[in-house]
Amino acid sequence: MARFSFLELARQALSGHQGWPRHWRSRELQPRYDILIIGAGGHGLAAAWHLARDHGARNIAVLEAGWLGGGNVARNTVTIRSNYMRDDSIPFYVRSVALFDRLTRDLNYNTMHSRRGMVDVLQTWGMVRDRRRRRLTMDLHGATYRPMSVPELRRMVPPLTGGGPDARLPILGAEFHPDAAVNRHDAVAWGYARAIDAMGVEIHQNTPVRAILRGADGAVTGVDTPRGVVRADKVALAVSGHTTTLTETAGLRLPLRTINLSAFVSEPLQPCLDVIVNCPDLGVYLSQSDKGELVIGGATDLGQSFRRDVKQHVFEETVAAMLDLFPAFRQVKMLRQWGGHLDIAHDASPIVSATDVPGLFVSAGWWGGYKAIPAGGMCLAHLVATGTPHPLAAPFGLGRFRHLDYVLEAGTTTAR
Amino acid sequence: MLLIECPFCGPRAEIEFSYGGPAATRRPDDPAQVSDADWVDWLTVPENRAGPVPERWCHAKGCGAWLTVLRDTRTHDILDVRHGA
Ligand SMILES: Cc1cc2nc3c(=O)[nH]c(=O)nc-3n(C[C@H](O)[C@H](O)[C@H](O)COP(=O)(O)OP(=O)(O)OC[C@H]3O[C@@H](n4cnc5c(N)ncnc54)[C@H](O)[C@@H]3O)c2cc1C
Repeated sequence: MARFSFLELARQALSGHQGWPRHWRSRELQPRYDILIIGAGGHGLAAAWHLARDHGARNIAVLEAGWLGGGNVARNTVTIRSNYMRDDSIPFYVRSVALFDRLTRDLNYNTMHSRRGMVDVLQTWGMVRDRRRRRLTMDLHGATYRPMSVPELRRMVPPLTGGGPDARLPILGAEFHPDAAVNRHDAVAWGYARAIDAMGVEIHQNTPVRAILRGADGAVTGVDTPRGVVRADKVALAVSGHTTTLTETAGLRLPLRTINLSAFVSEPLQPCLDVIVNCPDLGVYLSQSDKGELVIGGATDLGQSFRRDVKQHVFEETVAAMLDLFPAFRQVKMLRQWGGHLDIAHDASPIVSATDVPGLFVSAGWWGGYKAIPAGGMCLAHLVATGTPHPLAAPFGLGRFRHLDYVLEAGTTTAR
Repeated sequence: MLLIECPFCGPRAEIEFSYGGPAATRRPDDPAQVSDADWVDWLTVPENRAGPVPERWCHAKGCGAWLTVLRDTRTHDILDVRHGA
């Protein structure tokens, strides 16, 4: 792997940038590995990186149904934040945000990280109370919320001209979360892939896993794919949205539902928004990308869904909500829209856990888990390598459902 | 948008309905009689097929009836609508 540096850039410039090596190689699929990771999304790639870097594992293959970075890792709105509700959750997200902060250096890959903060616009007393409760809990664990007055909010977000005293929902106040950031999702996927390839981890695209194979003793023995059976004593699932489809082939039932979440992008505008704006009472959030586009997200589609498209009324409701607060954006043209399917657990918290099938591990329930990629990968790697949960992910085991010991969470934008 | 065939009002747009979650199997008559594992399964594990799943919808902005709808999660095709559970 050629390390990216100013010197290397200059050297490659001399040969017209023709000499850059590939980020990762396509290699022969072997019949057996020590560890199989299913899914080359953020969580699978990050787990492989931590397994190789922190635990010295090398004989690892990542099997991906489609192409690397073609899943939710590249279909999300890149909001990285730690304003969660529970003592059990917040430390995990605080660590993840901190790991994201230094990922560019750790991977030697420019993730275009921008720690610009997020402001929550509060328009109902229930939401004011919810955010105050979060703030007091976050204070205990190193995450930050700072209450803000309406004039302060309007100074920070000049295009936010709606929500005045005559509006249906006048703005009551705001909470600022300075820890929040955005970055470049493709760079995160490609950066991890390049780093693990350099450490000898194999990445196999176009290799969908059809079934999990178990031996006579019930333990995992490998997986079945159209390219043949691949054996391993340890298999970790990081297939976001498809977890139950695979665990059912091993006779496991998990408390997960698959849902569709969508995003919308406008034409590029002049810079006008240097902070992520979240409007939980209306169900919309937005930020401005480096290219100038407004990146807009909203509520999940109601009901379960394995689809990646967008329902027209979800789009209309989200955009109408944004125009309530940002009437000037009425003239803006929308360019692109897409959705992704994700799984959400019964208590809305993630699952990073061993299972009743020896050797089978799952990392799932990531319906808002882009922010969680670095810590999620670290904790999954720890679990697979040592057989014991990482302390930060100990609350996220499957045992919590057995003991009705939920880690109840809710989204920050839409708690539907 | 879904077009849900309400048995009382005919085909109506999804925005007239409110979603009531996955249609769970029948609640055990006496929870004390089922095993812990079965109880937790009933409480927390919905069918999550890439295919037809049963779900509850209320025709909130129409006749107010609660319906059980069988919908394919891959295509949004509605295969069956029944009044009640
Ligand atoms: C519109 C939208 C907006 C979002 N916004 C945010 C946000 O602002 N902040 C945030 O924190 N999170 C956000 N998320 C959630 C975030 O994208 C996901 O939680 C996260 O990407 C999931 O983890 P992943 O990257 O590993 O998933 P993925 O990238 O989906 O990786 C899973 C991979 O598994 C592969 N796979 C599936 N089945 C198989 C199989 N049988 N065999 C082999 N491979 C298989 C898939 O092809 C896929 O590549 C958003 C999601 C969406 C859809």
